[in-house]
Amino acid sequence: MIRSEILREIAPILRDQLVICNIGLPSQELHMIDDQPTNFYMLGTMGLSSSIGLGVALAQDKTVISIDGDGSVLTNFGTLPTIANNVADNYILLIIDNGSYGSTGDQPTYAGRKTSLAAVAKACGCENVVECQAEETPKVLQDAIDSKKMTIIVAKCESGNVKVPVITKDPVVIRDRFMKAVAS
Amino acid sequence: MSINKRIVDDLVANDISFVTTVPCKQLAGVIDEVEAREEIFHIPSNKEDEGMGLCAGAWMGGKRPAIIMQNTAIGVTINTLATLIQFYRMPLPMLISYRGELREPVACQVEMAVHTKALLNQLNIPTYHFHRESDATELDAILKYTFMCNKPVAILTDASFWGGYGDQ
Ligand SMILES: [Mg+2]
Repeated sequence: MIRSEILREIAPILRDQLVICNIGLPSQELHMIDDQPTNFYMLGTMGLSSSIGLGVALAQDKTVISIDGDGSVLTNFGTLPTIANNVADNYILLIIDNGSYGSTGDQPTYAGRKTSLAAVAKACGCENVVECQAEETPKVLQDAIDSKKMTIIVAKCESGNVKVPVITKDPVVIRDRFMKAVAS
Repeated sequence: MSINKRIVDDLVANDISFVTTVPCKQLAGVIDEVEAREEIFHIPSNKEDEGMGLCAGAWMGGKRPAIIMQNTAIGVTINTLATLIQFYRMPLPMLISYRGELREPVACQVEMAVHTKALLNQLNIPTYHFHRESDATELDAILKYTFMCNKPVAILTDASFWGGYGDQ
């Protein structure tokens, strides 16, 4: 399974939740599969999906899922200690780990070689860390939502992309409808 | 009343309840005051762009944020300021220690000081420079302005403002 297939599988679960989606292809794929006002698409700023999601989770009570990638977590590694030390039980970080920088041409990341993001998250102090295979992602994600415990999920999948259009929505529109969904 | 307390009073009076910080010696007192206040959730960041992500999220979640950091962080956060805070039009007060100005003991700090205002200017970020303690009387108006226009706004606070570095 590749990332877009995971997103297709979990779209029915994401539909009712606040979602912060990583820059590039992940946002474009989620936007194509199931665009929702509860989705905040990152159009720039690689690496900050987990930070933005934690901020939303700490500011209000609804469940927030940050969808991130292995490459993006590597670029903002400082996020994991911050998450571990500021527990928000309405927060889930879903790292879709395909071992490559998918949006830029599938160059391999260190997470696809020796570095285990799940082990790093645990070492940083995150208490509920689940590594799973791509096929298990829907169940693991639903369990994490139901547990009402802050959870870091590392979903291992194959690298590869599908053809997908860029997002042409105005960023202020994306942000405004997301904020209205948060407040509703 | 101490300047640290007055600054944080202004944050609280403007309903700022989510503050992220990356430390600087000059800011130690104000960071302590942020940590001590019940009205404020204080979340230290490991890097300033991470902190801006947290602030963006907190604002979308319904809280007014602020970031406290050193001016060297402008070099770290240009992409985040342009493609997150400005592109999505979000308010972000940035209380910045302006290292490398008069009374600075560390030469390397001057290297970023000479770029600080030029970079903020290039980014069209409204910028205020606190040099004397009385300049802080404008903080309340600056915060109101920030949340009126939904922009990042820089408040540079130099060593003279903080009373220098003490005996050197
Ligand atoms: Mg990847």
